[in-house]
Amino acid sequence: MSESYVTPDGRTIGGKVLEMRNITLRFGGVVAIKDISFDIREGEIRAIIGPNGAGKSSMLNVINGFYHPQDGEIWFHGEKRKPMKPYQIAKQGIARTFQNIALFKGMSTLDNIMTGRFNQMKTNMALQMIWKGPAEREEQENREIVEKVIDFLEIQAIRKTPVGALPYGLQKRVELGRALAAQPRLLLLDEPMAGMNVEEKEDMSRFILDVNDEFGTTIALIEHDMGVVMDISDRVVVMDYGKKIGDGSPDEVRNNQAVIDAYLGVDHG
Amino acid sequence: MFDQFLYGTEAAINGLMTGVMYSLVALGFVLIFKSSGIFNYAQGVMALFGALTLVGIQDGQVPFASLINAVFGTNVRDFGWTLPAMLSILLAIGVMILFAWLVERYLLKHLVNQDPIILFMATIGLAYFMEGIGDLMWGAEIKTLDLGINQGINTTIDSLTYDWFGYGFYIDNLDITAAIIAILLVVALTLFSQYSSTGRALRAVADDHQAALSVGISLRKIWVIVWGISGFIALVAGVMWGSKSGVQFSLSLITLKALPVLMLGGFTSIPGAIIGGMIIGVGEKVFEFVVSSSWFGDAMGFTMNATENWFAYMLALVFLVFRPQGLFGDKIIERV
Repeated sequence: MSESYVTPDGRTIGGKVLEMRNITLRFGGVVAIKDISFDIREGEIRAIIGPNGAGKSSMLNVINGFYHPQDGEIWFHGEKRKPMKPYQIAKQGIARTFQNIALFKGMSTLDNIMTGRFNQMKTNMALQMIWKGPAEREEQENREIVEKVIDFLEIQAIRKTPVGALPYGLQKRVELGRALAAQPRLLLLDEPMAGMNVEEKEDMSRFILDVNDEFGTTIALIEHDMGVVMDISDRVVVMDYGKKIGDGSPDEVRNNQAVIDAYLGVDHG
Repeated sequence: MFDQFLYGTEAAINGLMTGVMYSLVALGFVLIFKSSGIFNYAQGVMALFGALTLVGIQDGQVPFASLINAVFGTNVRDFGWTLPAMLSILLAIGVMILFAWLVERYLLKHLVNQDPIILFMATIGLAYFMEGIGDLMWGAEIKTLDLGINQGINTTIDSLTYDWFGYGFYIDNLDITAAIIAILLVVALTLFSQYSSTGRALRAVADDHQAALSVGISLRKIWVIVWGISGFIALVAGVMWGSKSGVQFSLSLITLKALPVLMLGGFTSIPGAIIGGMIIGVGEKVFEFVVSSSWFGDAMGFTMNATENWFAYMLALVFLVFRPQGLFGDKIIERV
């Protein structure tokens, strides 16, 4: 595959944003991820799929620093990444959402999405306390970006609502908004459509495609709904029992015998 | 009967002033509890330590004087100066922030993800450690704290109420100052937490640690800030109580008065801490006034005294039975 290429629908896919090299993650005696390598390219939508317990979420947690692999290297934008804390990785431009929504439930939609701008707000605390000059200006600039995200996700109506009171589908959308507000270089989505009905899934798919298309955001996502995965992703990694059993375009993966076995089961008789 | 009503009102107003002080102590608890799930037993000792440090700095005491004298056989006591009140307050705030940093660096950092009971035990240890250090640094004798705040009866209110009702209310100037400072502090804190990015980060951490990390908030930095703010509140509370009754080691016992306030208001609610403090302050004064009055005695055949010692705890007990989450606390929902 050349350094960059153009997809059939006209998007340009660039060089490697993130490269995982021989990642192994163990919890005591349990091997959650076994010697996995793959890469994510600039501007693409990369899916990670696999049966339950395959190690997909662990992989996402390794990427954003919640877990530290025992073996292997992580390369981000051409540089080998040192072991870092999750908040430092967030500062580098990796944002994420969670499988079981992790929003700040007592805060409004607006405040939740504003927290996504935390890394971009630099004035010191003393200035923030008197809320004057730079602090005030900064607050307003970031507020504008957040309002754009809110418009984009069509959630103007719930700006002031505490997110704990919102229905599940909207909470998922607010969480996506918080990640987007950071204007990430790499966006990680852990089962963005889990538990949604067909209509909500369609909305979410559209938002993911639009984010990728309009802002050129690189996206890695975990998803169980095969129809959605095959529709929206450019390349797919397939995991099973902590190992990588397939990697390629949706069509290649679909016809891969190991993948079919993992999903349908093999006759051991 | 009208004069009895006036006396009762006077008691209620005085109770409100005391209640604001309770609120201050409780506020320090709530901030730390919300953001890190730690019940900070040391909050009262922090108030004591803050007040001791302020007096020490103001009077130009040499820290650890007795220790230095014992080791080197010298006889140093003080630097021989008296610092202006404002400067000593700023320095004392600096010391409390340094203290917050040390607590995070040497205590909390090593106890991340431990059970609440272990963290609670750690703060008990911290409380006794600080009491010891406070003693060693500044000495154990009772000190008077004078920041130039007026004390004694407020004559304006006295004469005004005398003109209106024919009875002058006794309200202490110090109580009024304390109440005003406490209100300003609460308003400032609320604005800060609502409208600044650090304030939002504080609320975010209080809500969900993992999510906070994922948007790039450093928990350790936030904990230093929270303990720093709590230390500052403790300093204010310590100074107010210290101005009233002298800076002495029994000051750390205000922790025990803050507990019923927390049970009433809820451990996780800032407005709860404030209103809870006021309810207890007013409640205990009015209850004392009623049950010790002669008309209560005539009607019931007995009177009671010194009810202020236990009234708050009784009220807390009632709340524990009927509304365990407090007035404003998070509702306790058990899902099966």
